Amino acid sequence: MTPSRPLLIFLLLALAALAAFPLVGEEFYQGLVTRLMIMGIFAMSLDLLIGFTGLVSFGHAAFFGLSGYLLAILTPEYGPVSIWIALPLCLAGTALAALVIGWFSVRTSGIYFIMITLAFAQMFYYYFNENQDLGGSDGIFIFFKPSVTIGDFQLLDLSNHNTFYYFVLASLVLSYVLLSKILKAPFGQVIRGIQANEARTLALGFNTRKYKLVSFVIAGTLAGFAGFLEASHGGIMSPAHLGWHESGIVMMVVILGGMGTLYGPVLGAFAMGFLQDYFQELWSDHWLLLMGVFVIAVVLFLPNGIAGLVAQLRRGKGGDAP
Amino acid sequence: MSQPLLSTHALNKSFGGLVAVDDVSIDFEAAKVHAIIGPNGAGKTTLINLLSGDLPPTGGAITFKEHDLTPKKAYAISQLGIGRSYQKTNIFADFTCLQNCWLGAQSRMRTSMRFFRPAKAYNEVRARAERALELCGLTERMDTVASAMSYGEQRQLEIGMMLATEPELLLLDEPLAGMGTDESRQVVALIKRLAKDHTVVLIEHDMDAVFAVADVLTVMVNGRVLATGNPEEIRANSQVQDAYLGTGEEEAT
Ligand SMILES: Nc1ncnc2c1ncn2[C@@H]1O[C@H](COP(=O)(O)OP(=O)(O)OP(=O)(O)O)[C@@H](O)[C@H]1O
Ligand SMILES: [Mg+2]
Repeated sequence: MTPSRPLLIFLLLALAALAAFPLVGEEFYQGLVTRLMIMGIFAMSLDLLIGFTGLVSFGHAAFFGLSGYLLAILTPEYGPVSIWIALPLCLAGTALAALVIGWFSVRTSGIYFIMITLAFAQMFYYYFNENQDLGGSDGIFIFFKPSVTIGDFQLLDLSNHNTFYYFVLASLVLSYVLLSKILKAPFGQVIRGIQANEARTLALGFNTRKYKLVSFVIAGTLAGFAGFLEASHGGIMSPAHLGWHESGIVMMVVILGGMGTLYGPVLGAFAMGFLQDYFQELWSDHWLLLMGVFVIAVVLFLPNGIAGLVAQLRRGKGGDAP
Repeated sequence: MSQPLLSTHALNKSFGGLVAVDDVSIDFEAAKVHAIIGPNGAGKTTLINLLSGDLPPTGGAITFKEHDLTPKKAYAISQLGIGRSYQKTNIFADFTCLQNCWLGAQSRMRTSMRFFRPAKAYNEVRARAERALELCGLTERMDTVASAMSYGEQRQLEIGMMLATEPELLLLDEPLAGMGTDESRQVVALIKRLAKDHTVVLIEHDMDAVFAVADVLTVMVNGRVLATGNPEEIRANSQVQDAYLGTGEEEAT
């Protein structure tokens, strides 16, 4: 996880490519890359659970979607909402939801954990699907991106494509740095211990349930941040954003990219996005079939995902701990 | 007799119809090595699991100092200063030896809910982990991944992880199981050394080792306590000879 030098160079080159993209890419593709970076943040947050805590959450989209809906609710009909109001409320809302769902979920493990997180997410799905005030199954529009102003001074104009693109890129880098720090800190050592051998971590004196819950809340809140960006970017939130289909896709992205690496899921998001584009052109009706075959092939032949391909560059997962 | 450090009162554990620990009352005195011996399936490991909180009892009570351990979870019992090692090696196989001991050492910080400063910057944790490695004899193996070590070394690490939590009461479940004679001798020496400033509960099948270190012995058979006494008393006890020691000695002679 502590990037070895070649890996660091690889990541910096990828970052430089992302930073330079708006200078060369068409607007359509710039929008696509923005979406994929958001998916990268979302997948990274799930990696904290699947890849580092050993919690296979199958309801992670609940937080992604909930935050998006909160932004939709907070955005007035005829103008933008201030980001200083919207972002804290969206994050607090998802953190609270993650606290409640997590409180129940971390009491279970294995298949029961998967089922209970899925069940909670489906409850959210049905709530928003039935709620006609929020557009029901059609979803709800967000006509204005949040405003970023200090007094009368406009700090950032998020409705500008380029500005929004760099805002998301900065968010991606920030999320990566933040999670890396957390994983190197004492808290990170404990959740890695839980993933490797929960019973022994408990016997060594750690209230493992509490640590799992905190990890769940951090991951949920970060997913909420991704949802906030997604809703701002797409301008629409629909129940599909928090259904099990979305939870499944983000899980596939994590596995495809390589869990337990943080940067892997970001690579996974890009692989998924471009493959989707490619497969849809190839065989528009049944592209999901091709995608399924591809994912199976990766799981069979690249057990560490795409990040495993970069494995030669990497010093190994243990390099991070003391 | 002085006030025991740890005591069980009519302790009971059943798995369905099987009573693994049956009405067990034992006093463990401070600063003593108290060995528990008995044939396979006697309930020794189950008793340790009850003392450490790995399993909840189905009846009876456990007291440690002024604390009632009966309802407590394993992490809380560990925090009171009770450490345990496992008969079946229970380590972090993919972690290095240092990382294995690190977690135990880190658990003695007030909290590990710390998110920003790197773990390796906590020097007091490193010092504890390194001391545990030194005690269990794995200083040279500090950066070796646990799964790459011999079985005997993994058994040493098993003890090191427990020591990293700096417990005052040690529950050792067959620390010598599967060790070669050389490693065994080292571990027996370690137990003797630890016995100077720790209270030890020792489960062990190696009778030479047991009689070399134990101050008090309890013999368990079928989940029940058959006898408790000092080594001479236990050796002389005819019931014990019939039930356990006798068979071994007859074979030997
Ligand atoms: N988790 C469990 N579920 C069901 N039965 C169990 C469980 N743990 C232990 N037992 C049973 O309880 C009895 C006592 O087992 P225990 O492991 O405590 O014996 P022991 O004295 O440690 O034996 P050994 O010397 O072989 O380690 C055995 O009959 C065992 O099969
Ligand atoms: Mg046993």
